[in-house]
Amino acid sequence: MKVTKKGALSLGAIAVASAFVLSGCQASSDDGGDKQASGSLTVWVDAERVDALQGAADAYTEKTGVEVDLVAKDNATIKDDFIQQVPTGEGPDIVMGAHDWLGELTTNGVVAPLELGDSAGDYLDVAIQAATYDGTVYMLPYAVENIAVLRNADLVPEAATSFDDMIAKGTAAGLAQPFVVEQGAEGNPYHLYPFQTAFGAPVFGTDDSGSYDAGDLQLGSEGGYEFAAWLASQGKTGTGVFNTDIDGAIAKQAFLDGTAAFWLTGPWNVGAAVDAGINVAIDPIPSPTAEAAQPFAGVKGFFLSAESKNKVAATDFLVNYLGSEDVQLELFQAGNILPALSAAADTAASDPIIAGFQAVGGDAVPMPAIPAMGSVWQYWGVSEAAIINGEDPKATWDKLVADVSAAIG
Amino acid sequence: MALSTRSPRRTASRQPALPSTSVRALLLKIVLLAIIDAISIFAAFMLVLQDNWVVAIVVLVVTALVNWVYFSRRLLPAKYLTPGLIFLAVFQVFVLLYTCYVGFTNYGTGHNGTKEQAVSSLLASSLQRVEDSPTYPVTVVDRLGELGLLVTDPETGDAFVGTNDEPLSRVSGATLEGGKAVAAPGWTSLTFQDVIARTDEITSLAVPYSSDPNDGALRTPDGSNAYRYLSTLEFDAQAGTMTNTQTGVVYTDRGTGAFVADDGAELRPGWQITVGFDNFVRAFTEQSIRGPLIYVTIWTFVFAIGSVALCFGLGLLLAITFQNARMRGVKYYRLLLILPYAFPAFLSILVWKGMMNESFGFLNQVIFGGAAIPWLTDPTLAKASALLVNVWLGFPYMFLICTGALQAIPDELTEAATMDGAKGWQVFRQIKLPLLLSTTAPVLIASFAFNFNNFNLVYLLNNGGPRDTTTSLPVGHTDLLISMVYKVAFTGQNRDYGLASAFSIIIFLIVAIIAVVSFSRTKALEEIQR
Repeated sequence: MKVTKKGALSLGAIAVASAFVLSGCQASSDDGGDKQASGSLTVWVDAERVDALQGAADAYTEKTGVEVDLVAKDNATIKDDFIQQVPTGEGPDIVMGAHDWLGELTTNGVVAPLELGDSAGDYLDVAIQAATYDGTVYMLPYAVENIAVLRNADLVPEAATSFDDMIAKGTAAGLAQPFVVEQGAEGNPYHLYPFQTAFGAPVFGTDDSGSYDAGDLQLGSEGGYEFAAWLASQGKTGTGVFNTDIDGAIAKQAFLDGTAAFWLTGPWNVGAAVDAGINVAIDPIPSPTAEAAQPFAGVKGFFLSAESKNKVAATDFLVNYLGSEDVQLELFQAGNILPALSAAADTAASDPIIAGFQAVGGDAVPMPAIPAMGSVWQYWGVSEAAIINGEDPKATWDKLVADVSAAIG
Repeated sequence: MALSTRSPRRTASRQPALPSTSVRALLLKIVLLAIIDAISIFAAFMLVLQDNWVVAIVVLVVTALVNWVYFSRRLLPAKYLTPGLIFLAVFQVFVLLYTCYVGFTNYGTGHNGTKEQAVSSLLASSLQRVEDSPTYPVTVVDRLGELGLLVTDPETGDAFVGTNDEPLSRVSGATLEGGKAVAAPGWTSLTFQDVIARTDEITSLAVPYSSDPNDGALRTPDGSNAYRYLSTLEFDAQAGTMTNTQTGVVYTDRGTGAFVADDGAELRPGWQITVGFDNFVRAFTEQSIRGPLIYVTIWTFVFAIGSVALCFGLGLLLAITFQNARMRGVKYYRLLLILPYAFPAFLSILVWKGMMNESFGFLNQVIFGGAAIPWLTDPTLAKASALLVNVWLGFPYMFLICTGALQAIPDELTEAATMDGAKGWQVFRQIKLPLLLSTTAPVLIASFAFNFNNFNLVYLLNNGGPRDTTTSLPVGHTDLLISMVYKVAFTGQNRDYGLASAFSIIIFLIVAIIAVVSFSRTKALEEIQR
C-alpha cells in the first residue's frame, strides 16, 4: 500500500518534471525560430536613457520587423562588461559609450568600424573628429559635452573678459574665493586643461588628418612650462585660486552657498545650481593669456560590436534611426547635453544654458582617445597637484614630461 | 527512515495524522527536486544548443548526484552538506581555479579574445575608404545562392553588378526606381528581411571595383549603400602573417600573442595565450613592479598586524576598565563605545575622509584651530590616519569579545593567585591574559586575515593615496596588496588581468600560510593549558 502510493507519487513527479522540461524546450525553440527569421538587436544603454531610445527602437521594429532589445546597464561598468563579454559572444550588438573609450575598445578589438556615409557631414565637426580613431569612424555620436564657467549672475552681473578680470570682479563682489574648480589630492587635469591650452600646450600634436599623434608630445613645449609657472603662481604659495583640497563636493557647495561666483564645471552640475535658485549664466572660460582657453570635448555615442551577428541591421538602426533629428532630440531631453547632430543642436540651443555650452564648445578639442593618453592621465594630475601645492614648477613639469615620454616608449 | 520506523504503529492505530505529514514531506521533497531537475535539464539543453558540452555534462552529473543523495535512505550527512558544497564549488573553488588559470595567461588590454577574433578585427579596421569616393546606392541580389551587388553609379545612373569573384560589369535592362537600380535580369533582389537573414554573407561580400585591386572593393554595411574600400592589411593564413600592403611590413606571430614586425612594432589587438610563469617572474624581477610589490607587502603586514594589535589592545583595556566594580554608569559608556561598531563602516570612513581634508576638514579647522596638517596627503601621516580610522572602526568588536572572555574567567582563579601572593599586574599577565588569548586567538587570526584584505577602508578613505609617482603602476603609499591588485586589474587604460591574478595568488598563499601556522600554534597553546 505504502509502496504503491510512493510509486504513484514519484510517477506523478516525473510526469510533472517532464512537463516542465517539455514546455521549456517548446518555448525556447519557438523563440529561436522567431529570432532567426527576422533578427534581433541587443543594445546596452545607460540606465537613464532607456526611455529616450524606446521610441526609436519601437519604430524600427515596426518598420523592419527586427526586435530591438534595450538593456539598461550601469554606466560605471558598461565599458568593462562590453570588453569582457564581446569575445565570449555574449555581448550586445550595440553599446552606448563615450569617445575616449575608443583607444581601449580598438586595442581590444571589440568594436567594428561604422560607415556614416554622407550623413557624416550632418554632425558637428568635433563629434566626427572624436568618433574617428586612426582614420576610421567607429562611433555614431549623439551628444557633445564640455565644461564652461557657471556664473552667479546675481553676484557678478557681467561676464569676465580674462582670468584676472574674473578674480577681480569676484573680489570686488566681496568674495574671498570667487572662483572654484574641482581638484583633489591627485589633481584634475581635465578641468585645468583650458588654462593649459591657453598657453599653447596641448597634450599631443595632431597629424594631417586631425588625429592625435602619440609621437608628438606637446606637453613639454615651451607653453607647457609657462603654464606650470602660472599654475604655481595661482597655487598654495601664490594667490591660492587653485586648491587641491577643493573636491567636487566642496566646489559645488561653495557655488550653491554663494561664496563663489564662478564655477568651472560641466552641464551635469547645472541642474543642481538652477534648483538651488541661483541665477546661472554660462560664460566662456576666461583665459589667462590672449589665446582662447579650449576645454576638452567629450563626445557620447554608440559603438557597434565586432562580434555582432547582425551588423547590417545594427548599422541601419544606428545610422538611419539613431542619427535622426527626433531621436537626437529625445536623447537631449533625457540628458540635457548638446546633441551631436547639427540640426538637433541648433534646435536644442534655444535654451540659453545649452547655447552657452555650445558657444564654449566651439573652442573645444576632442579628448585624445589614443592609448598613450592613459600614460598621460597617470602622471598628469599628480604633477599638477604637486605644482599647486608649491613644488618647483619647472622641475615637476620636467619630471612629468620625462615620465610620460618613458611610459609611452 | 522516519517513515519506515513509524509505519507499524501507524497501521495498528489507524491514525491518519502521521502518515499525512510524512506523505506531505515526501511530496514536497519530490516537487522541489522536480523543480531543480527541470531547471537543470533546461539549462543543460540550452548549453548543448550553444555547443557547451562540458558544462552541460557537469550540470547533469551534479543533478544526478543531488537526486541520488536525496532519494537515498542513507547518506544523512550528505543531505545537509550537499547544497553548501555545491555553492562552495561554484563561488569559491571555481573562482580560485579560474584566477589561477588567468594568472598564467596574458589576459588584459590588447589580449582580450581569440586569435581568429583578433585577425577579423584587424582586417575590419584596416579598411580605408578610397578618398573622395562617392556613396553607391546598391541592391543586394542573388543568383543561384551566390550573392552580388547591383550598383548604381551616382553620377551617370548606370547599373553595374558584381560578386566576390567577378568585378563590377555593366548590366543592361536593369529596373530603375527613383534613379536606383532595384532589379536586374537573371538576379533575384533581396528584401530587407532576406538581407538581415544573410548578414554573415553580406558582411563578407566585397565586390572588386575593377580588375585592378588598387581600385578597391565595394562593401555594403547596411544593405542599401555601398562604399569603396582599400584594405591596408592582408592576412596570409598559411604563413600566419599579416602584411601591410602600403608599407610592405610583414607582421609575424612569434608566440607572444600578437603580430610583431621585425622592428618590434606590434599590431593591436593581439589575443590571449598562456604564458606560463611569466606574470610571476615579472612580479618579482621587473624593477617598476617589484619595488611597489615589496613596500606594499610590508605596509600590508604593518597595517594588518597594527590594526589587530591596536584594536585588541584598546578593546582589552576598556574591557578591563569596565570590569572594575567601582566604575559607575558602565551601561552608558558601553553604549557609547559600541556606536562606531553599530554605525555603517562605509559611512564612518567617508565621514573620516571629510574630517581629514587639509583645508576644510573638521580636524584641522576645529580641533587644531586652522592648522594645515596633511592627514591624507603626506605618505607617513596618511598611513597613520588609515590605522587610526581602522582602530576607530575595529576596537568596539574587540571590546565586546574581551568583555565576554573576561567574564568567562572564574573569579576563583584571581583569588587563588592573590592568595599565592601575586600582584595585580602578575595576575593579569600570567593568569588572565593566557586564558584570554586562548579563547580570542581564532578571532585575532580572522581579524588579521580580514584586515590584510581590508579593501573598503583603503579604497574609500584615500584610494590608496598619496600616489607614488616613481613607479609605472598606479599604486599609492597606503595601498594594500588587495587594492593594488584592484588597480592593476581594473583601473586605467592598460588593464593586466594576468598580472593581477598572479598577485592574488601570491596574496592567497601568504594569507593561507599565516592562517595555517597561527592555527597550529593556537592548538599548541590549548594543549599547554590542558
